[in-house]
Amino acid sequence: MNRILKVLFFALIVRPLVLIGLGLNIINRNGLPRTGPSVVAANHNSHLDTLVLMSLFPLAKLHRVRPVAAADYFLSNRFRSWFSQSIIGIIPLDRTGGTDTDVLFETCRQALDRNEILILFPEGTRGDPEHMSRVRKGVCHLLSGREQTPVIPVVMHGLGRALPRGEALFVPFNCDVVVGKPMYVEGRSSQFVKLLTETFNELFTHCLTRQEDDQYV
Amino acid sequence: MFKIPHNSLIAMGSVFGLLVLATTSRLILAARNPEKDYTELRQRVQSWWWIVGSIFVVLCISRGAAIAFFSFLSFLALKEFLSIVPTRHVDRRVIFWAYLAIPMQYYWVHVGWYGMFIVFVPVYLFLFLPMRMVLIGETDGFIKSVALLHWAAMLTVFCISHIAYLLTLKPLNADAGSIGLVLFLLFTTQFNDICQYIWGKMIGRHKIIPRVSPNKTWEGFTGGFVTTTICSGWLAPMLTPLSMREGLIAGVIIAGGGFIGDVVISSVKRDLRIKDSSQLIPGHGGVLDRMDSLLYTAPLFFHYTYYLCY
Repeated sequence: MNRILKVLFFALIVRPLVLIGLGLNIINRNGLPRTGPSVVAANHNSHLDTLVLMSLFPLAKLHRVRPVAAADYFLSNRFRSWFSQSIIGIIPLDRTGGTDTDVLFETCRQALDRNEILILFPEGTRGDPEHMSRVRKGVCHLLSGREQTPVIPVVMHGLGRALPRGEALFVPFNCDVVVGKPMYVEGRSSQFVKLLTETFNELFTHCLTRQEDDQYV
Repeated sequence: MFKIPHNSLIAMGSVFGLLVLATTSRLILAARNPEKDYTELRQRVQSWWWIVGSIFVVLCISRGAAIAFFSFLSFLALKEFLSIVPTRHVDRRVIFWAYLAIPMQYYWVHVGWYGMFIVFVPVYLFLFLPMRMVLIGETDGFIKSVALLHWAAMLTVFCISHIAYLLTLKPLNADAGSIGLVLFLLFTTQFNDICQYIWGKMIGRHKIIPRVSPNKTWEGFTGGFVTTTICSGWLAPMLTPLSMREGLIAGVIIAGGGFIGDVVISSVKRDLRIKDSSQLIPGHGGVLDRMDSLLYTAPLFFHYTYYLCY
């Protein structure tokens, strides 16, 4: 039942919205993973990020794509909790700290073991519109001991302008989605974080859309 | 519905004939050189089928459908323009109002309120947007922002709506109807683009504006200009109320205006250091890339015809 709702939600609401309300310039769409286990690591500026990324996967595979999202926000009330877990299919993550990292990522690892595709926002928060926050080490913790699982870096640009944090008014803008080459977690985690940041910045240079005070251009 | 005057029907049929020709030559070309990659050419021709097909379908359905279609084009073009130029984050709400201008402008077109159609964008919208921006209160970059929005609305809402208004004009040429004017404008504008390109490829040597568009040559421009003018003089009496002589002048206007529209949009993209304004139409780029010459030819041709015949 929920799976039917999910497909309907994406086919009738998300896809038309993304296609007409937004309009995407997708670079290297074939670079997106077709099968799991894999991790899509994207920058985060808007609630639309998750929906846009998920809309790029075929409807039949949608139930295998699992965004990792903040438990404190998405489980905060009953409707939101039902919607995010049953329709979107998020894996809730405790952001409050204090939890042991192994326990923290337990559900994510289980999902990877089921060959699912995780969507991860390494910045950990949406932050200011269209500004990269510091990339965190979550990916490295998650994938320690799973070095063969590919991390696909994806950069999205323009969504923070269409629907920024704290705004309810949606304004149509074209957005860029740039998919990078698969990366693998190896060596020290600070090294990987640095590499991922550099890759994000490189991918930003392929964007067509521009905004004032863009830090990447 | 489906009452297409004779000459317009023939014109549509001929365009489909040209598309068949394009597809056949592409297939022959691909069969002769199997080692070459013709992906872009294939995408281009396929997209042409979609563009022409959808325009003809809406023109056949009804005037209202066609007006709705052109308003949607305005929306896509405005969205594209505002996405590639650097806008301020604080202007989101002002931009939202700019979008709202589209249904209003096309409503004037639909009810045939000519005076409002002409002044709505350059008077009311242009005066309103800065006021809305003042309410937000951010003065840094105010002038630039207002100018950007004005120009965007001018190009994508005002100019494109002129194509739609051609459908509202009284059909003075009974054999073609008001559809004839639209077909004439769209065909000659695109024909001019293609002719300038082909002439340029064949004999082009002297560059006109190498800094903006290195592929534009005097030979290409002149060749396209002459071909378009002749073609337009021949087509005008069939599809429009214009006589042959007036049609020749319309050709001059369209060839010149088309060239200018093309290089103006090229300059915009040069400034932003991008090649295409979006990836909406495979093989062509964005709506703005495809409609660049039309942005200039539509109002110029409209007012030329309006002055002579209405």
